[in-house]
Amino acid sequence: MAIWSWDPLDEVEALRRQVERAFEGFGRWDRPYTRFAFLPGASARTYPLLNIGEDHDNIYVEALAPGLNPDTLEISVLDNTLRIAGEKPPISEDIRPEAFHRNERSAGKFVRTTALPVAVDSAKVAAEYKSGLLRLTLPKAEEAKPKQIEVKVG
Amino acid sequence: MKESTVPAKREQQVPDTREQTRSLVPPVDIFESKEGLVVVADLPGADKSDVDVRVENDTLTLQATAKSGLPIDPLLREYELHNYHRQFQLGETVDQEKIKAEMKHGVLVINLPKKEAAKPRKITVKTE
Repeated sequence: MAIWSWDPLDEVEALRRQVERAFEGFGRWDRPYTRFAFLPGASARTYPLLNIGEDHDNIYVEALAPGLNPDTLEISVLDNTLRIAGEKPPISEDIRPEAFHRNERSAGKFVRTTALPVAVDSAKVAAEYKSGLLRLTLPKAEEAKPKQIEVKVG
Repeated sequence: MKESTVPAKREQQVPDTREQTRSLVPPVDIFESKEGLVVVADLPGADKSDVDVRVENDTLTLQATAKSGLPIDPLLREYELHNYHRQFQLGETVDQEKIKAEMKHGVLVINLPKKEAAKPRKITVKTE
């Protein structure tokens, strides 16, 4: 069983997500949050968006973060808390604001922390940044791996 | 540059087949540079080979397929990767022969240079 640190705001966030899921696909497609849900500006507190999966040995985390400067990425794991920080640089520094016809992509620094379901071996975490997706493989700590229990037939 | 919300009509070469209709509209930046226009689109999960940029009847079409790198189905899912699709109408000033595109870290950059005749020309004023 996973023990999560309890945060009342997490509950609010979970409720918001449930409500959003209930309305998913409803209404016009050009609604801002359905179109640009993965932007730092549109969802400032949860950037980057994460998909998390697990199997027997590992936890896999994938973050939706195109156009990052890979050198700015800072990833750390403490107990079961994962922290991802980095910067998405603007496409070019010397563009005058009036030169933009459209400016929908955002840029800036971000930090996101998330609780992992089990403790992981922080020394063996592997990270890969490919085609705008950041993929982490976090091996579970030895004591956190599920143990197979043999059933004796009497 | 105008965005086309109604897909541009294309001549049918193959009979209608079922297509994946759900697609994401990728966020773009469009700005003027010295040479012309630059279109920048975020296409996370799409590789260079997954991206299809084409110009037909003065319409610029961006299309891409995105793949997740996760080996298993995620338990917590905050986003889903779909196909990307977006179209823009090009003005007459764009030199369609010289359009170039490049892809890096899931960001597509398309350079649309202007025709020579459409570029601003500086005229020096002489004083007597």
